[in-house]
Amino acid sequence: MTVTSDMTTLRQWYPVAYPNQIRPESTYDTTLLDQRIRLSRDDHSQITAHRLADDNSEMATIPIVQRFDTLFSTLGDSPRPLPQIAEFSEDDRRIIHCGSFRVRTSPCRIVENFLDMAHFCFVHTDVLGSIDRPEVLSYKTEYHPETDEIWAVDCQFFQPTASKSAAASGQGLMAHYSYRILSPFSVMLYKSAMNFAGRFDAICLFIQPLSETDCLCYMPMAILDNVSTKTDIIDFQQSIFVQDGIILENQRPKLMPLTPRSETPTRADLSSIAYRRWLKSSGVRFGLQSVEGS
Amino acid sequence: MGLKLYNYGLSGNCYKVRLLLGFLKLDYEIVPVDFYPGLEHKQPDFLDINPLGQLPILEDGRVRLRDSQAILSYIAKKYDPSASWLPDRDATKFSQIMMWLAFAGNNLVAAAADRLVDSSATFSAPEIDKGRQALTILDDQLAERSMMGHSWIVGETPTIADIACFPDAALSNYVGIDHEAFPHLRNWMRDFRRLPNFLTMPGIPEFA
Repeated sequence: MTVTSDMTTLRQWYPVAYPNQIRPESTYDTTLLDQRIRLSRDDHSQITAHRLADDNSEMATIPIVQRFDTLFSTLGDSPRPLPQIAEFSEDDRRIIHCGSFRVRTSPCRIVENFLDMAHFCFVHTDVLGSIDRPEVLSYKTEYHPETDEIWAVDCQFFQPTASKSAAASGQGLMAHYSYRILSPFSVMLYKSAMNFAGRFDAICLFIQPLSETDCLCYMPMAILDNVSTKTDIIDFQQSIFVQDGIILENQRPKLMPLTPRSETPTRADLSSIAYRRWLKSSGVRFGLQSVEGS
Repeated sequence: MGLKLYNYGLSGNCYKVRLLLGFLKLDYEIVPVDFYPGLEHKQPDFLDINPLGQLPILEDGRVRLRDSQAILSYIAKKYDPSASWLPDRDATKFSQIMMWLAFAGNNLVAAAADRLVDSSATFSAPEIDKGRQALTILDDQLAERSMMGHSWIVGETPTIADIACFPDAALSNYVGIDHEAFPHLRNWMRDFRRLPNFLTMPGIPEFA
C-alpha cells in the first residue's frame, strides 16, 4: 500500500504506541497511514521513530512526542498541534489508559460511533442505556474557530450504570456529556463524574489508522474516582469498547460515505452531520468513499 | 471460605468458568486481574499463584486450580449433585467429554485466540485456517448429533463440553470467521444462549 496523498490527513499527530510498549534498548514496529514505522528506545530511554523501507531498513526520522501518557507521531510537515486537554494536568485525577484496540474499519466510522448516543441502549444495554429510555434529548453542536474543533454540548442520557463509580450506587442517573472532535480521527468526551458535582471525567479516543479500514484505538482517560480500582475502571471501559468494536466491524461499506442521502440521518445524528461536514470542508479523503465526478 | 475466581472480563477461558458458576447458581468472589494492558498475569505476584502466567485461577478453600477445563471439571464434580454437567458414571460419556475438553483447550483456541486484546498482532491466514478447521470438526460432530435427535456435543443434555467449546466458537465470528458455513454450529449456539441462567460477555451478546 502507498501512503495517502491526503494532505489534511498527513498533517495530523497520531498515537503510535504507549510508552511502556517500547522496552529499553529495543524497537517496536507498527504502521501509520500505510507507512511502516519503527520506534526505538536507546540506553538513555530516549525514543526515536523512523519510516521503514520495504526491506525493513530505517529511512527518514519522524517526530515523536509524549502527551496524555501516549506517544504521538506524524508523517506530515507542520502538523496541526495536539489539543490542549487541561484535565490531564489536574492533580486529583487518575490518568489511566485501557490499551490499544484493533478495529477493522474506517477511522471516520469509529469517531462517528463514539459521538453517537442513540446506540447506548441497544449496544450497551443496562450499562450506558436502558431499552425503556432510548430517547436522545436535544443538544447543540458548535464550531470553535480558534481551535478548529467541533463540540457537541448539553448532551444528556439516562444511564443505568454510567461508570465504574456509578455502579456502586445501584441506580441509574442522568449523565451529562460534552463531546469534542479534536482532529479528523480523534475525539473526546466529558462526562459528569459521580461524587464530584459539576466536574467531568475526560475520556479520549485517539485513532492510529494503520490503513483506511484498519485502526488501533487508544483511550487515555483523566478520571475522577477515588473508589474504584484501576483494574475495575479498565474492565468497564474495555467491555464497552469491545461491544462497539463488533458493531463497527459489521458496518458496510467500511469506508464512510459523505454523499447526502447515502445514509439517512436521524435527529440523534446532529453531531454526526457536523462531523461529516467538517471532514468535507477540511478536505479529508482518507477513510471516506470517493465521490464520483468531484 | 468460598469460591474465588481470578478473572479478566474479556477472556473466553474465564468466561467458561463464569458460565458454569452461573448455570449452577453458585456464589463466588471475583478477583479482577489487569490482564491487558497491565499484564498483571506476568508479574511476580501472580506467577506465585500460577507459574504458567495464565487465567483463570479458581480457589476453593485450600484447593487452587489453573486451566479452565480442569476448573470446569472440578466445579461440576463438586457442586452439581445431579452430575448432569459431568456424567462421570458413564465411561463413554465421561471420556467423550474429556475428549472435547481437550479439543477446546487445544484445537479450538486458534478460532479466537486473543482476538479481543492482542492489539498489534494480525491474524495470519494459517491461524484462521486452523480455526476454521476446528470449527468444521465441531460442526460435523453437531451435525451427527442432530441426526440422532440431540442438540449437544455429548449426551442428551448440555455438559461442560458445550461450555468449554462455546466461547471460542462464538468469538470466532469477531476475528472474521464467517459462521454461514457452519449451520449446525449456529443452531447449537442459539440453543446454548437459551439455557436458563446463560450469561453474556463482551463480544458475545445475548442474541446473535
